[in-house]
Amino acid sequence: MASLFQQSMPSTGPGYSFASAPTHHSSSGPRQHAFYPYTDNGGSTLGISGATFTILAGDTRSTSGYNINSRYAPKLFRIGGDGPENEGARIVLSVVGFAADGNALKERLDTMVKMYRYQHGKEISVHACAQRLSHILYGKRFFPYYVTAILGGLDDEGKGALYSYDPVGSYEREQCRAAGAASSLIMPFLDNQVNLKNQYDPASGEGLEKVMRVPEPLPQETVEQLVRDAFTSAVERHIEVGDGLQMMIITKEGVQETFTPLKKD
Amino acid sequence: MDALVAQYSQPSHSAQDTTLDDSLALSSKIAPPLSLNFELPPIDSHSAWLRAMTDDHSNPQCPIKIAHGTTTLAFRFKGGIIVATDSRATAGNWIASQTVKKVIEINSCLLGTMAGGAADCQYWLAYLGMMCRLHELRHKRRISVAAASKILANLVYSYKGMGLSMGTMCAGVTPTEGPALYYVDNDGTRLAGNMFCVGSGQTFAYGVLDAEYKYEMEEDEALELGKRSILAATHRDAFSGGFINLYHVKEEGWVKHGFMDTNPIFWKTKLEKGEFSNVTSKLE
Repeated sequence: MASLFQQSMPSTGPGYSFASAPTHHSSSGPRQHAFYPYTDNGGSTLGISGATFTILAGDTRSTSGYNINSRYAPKLFRIGGDGPENEGARIVLSVVGFAADGNALKERLDTMVKMYRYQHGKEISVHACAQRLSHILYGKRFFPYYVTAILGGLDDEGKGALYSYDPVGSYEREQCRAAGAASSLIMPFLDNQVNLKNQYDPASGEGLEKVMRVPEPLPQETVEQLVRDAFTSAVERHIEVGDGLQMMIITKEGVQETFTPLKKD
Repeated sequence: MDALVAQYSQPSHSAQDTTLDDSLALSSKIAPPLSLNFELPPIDSHSAWLRAMTDDHSNPQCPIKIAHGTTTLAFRFKGGIIVATDSRATAGNWIASQTVKKVIEINSCLLGTMAGGAADCQYWLAYLGMMCRLHELRHKRRISVAAASKILANLVYSYKGMGLSMGTMCAGVTPTEGPALYYVDNDGTRLAGNMFCVGSGQTFAYGVLDAEYKYEMEEDEALELGKRSILAATHRDAFSGGFINLYHVKEEGWVKHGFMDTNPIFWKTKLEKGEFSNVTSKLE
């Protein structure tokens, strides 16, 4: 029962993630373990789904502690498709956290999606792929992948589908989701701009008369601009985000990839 | 070689001559084992390591923040069972989601609720759904709530001490049992009862529920009470909030009564019924 109570004292700082290893504490602190197989490679990802498309985006900086190790390390991967470049893929996975775990996860999901096609003679649906990813993550429940994954594609009706995950595989279909180092900076912006949280029709009255604005699927150009704004703003305030913005836009025509430079300081 | 010869030299019809023992052995092969194979870290103390990496309560600096679920309740009354939950998931102090579906639809007559680790509950209740379906196919009748909850209890017990975190309720109506409600948690505890609240907001929900609960309630009163109890918990427990998810389990199966935003319900309850008078609505 004790594990159900999450009432730890609120910590002072925002939940940014660049403390990549457990910090050393005096005698009363948590025990330090010699086995520490993770590194936080920083960066952020974001996904928004629309009526006929899904956009996934991620910055391309790779950090380790305060060092920048690469300015182009993609966090977005095509899943399924043909050949080494995964041509014709209709599903995109984004992973942020520990890049090695992210890569291993991508390889496993990609293999399973391809095996599905060979065994069943058809492409996997995003719904099935999303559930499979959940099970892959949960398969390492006791030795987790240090990653936050977002999966994007189009559902059976051709509508944008976006699934977000925690490191051990709990998942949910959503309209939008930011993950990684700057998620606490980007997610509130998306709540406001995509889901129109706490916005009321100004023509409606006061108190109980106030009418909430109803979120509707946004057009593709608007979403692309929101993604760019989210990342340029995150770069201004987070040291682990920067260098480049990789975007993948999934429509019925396929996956279109774009790259936009971000500030490199 | 002898084994190969023996395997292929038998006439094919003899394979169909199954005894009870054979069919039992067969079903144990088809049925997934209760303890699946999960990858473990290459060290001796798995659970201590897992706790150091993921337990936000004992170590707020833990690197992997697992999403947790929070206030859930279910109670039995003359018209069936009411199941209600909030929808907030937290990872440390960060609100990971405000739209979590904490009522898991196992099948058309069985509901499970989710408190504790979101992934643990989602995965194992989905697995329970599979086991319940297999039971139906094997025995040609729907599984009892007692049996379903016991599958789950035995399962979590086999993982005891490994770090699973779940507090769940199984609610359902079957012809043999009538409305039945069971509480199952990660310690392996399994309790039958009339009323349970689970999660960090459980005390606040119990407060309202204990004060107003009567077995002889009408359906609309019962739904209102479930909603009001979750509202109380979202008001006083920081780890609960978002939307109220409300279900009614009846003989014919469960009925969903909405996924309702707490904020307008709170102001409606305050301004129309005069409750929550500790909260001021004037800017003075």
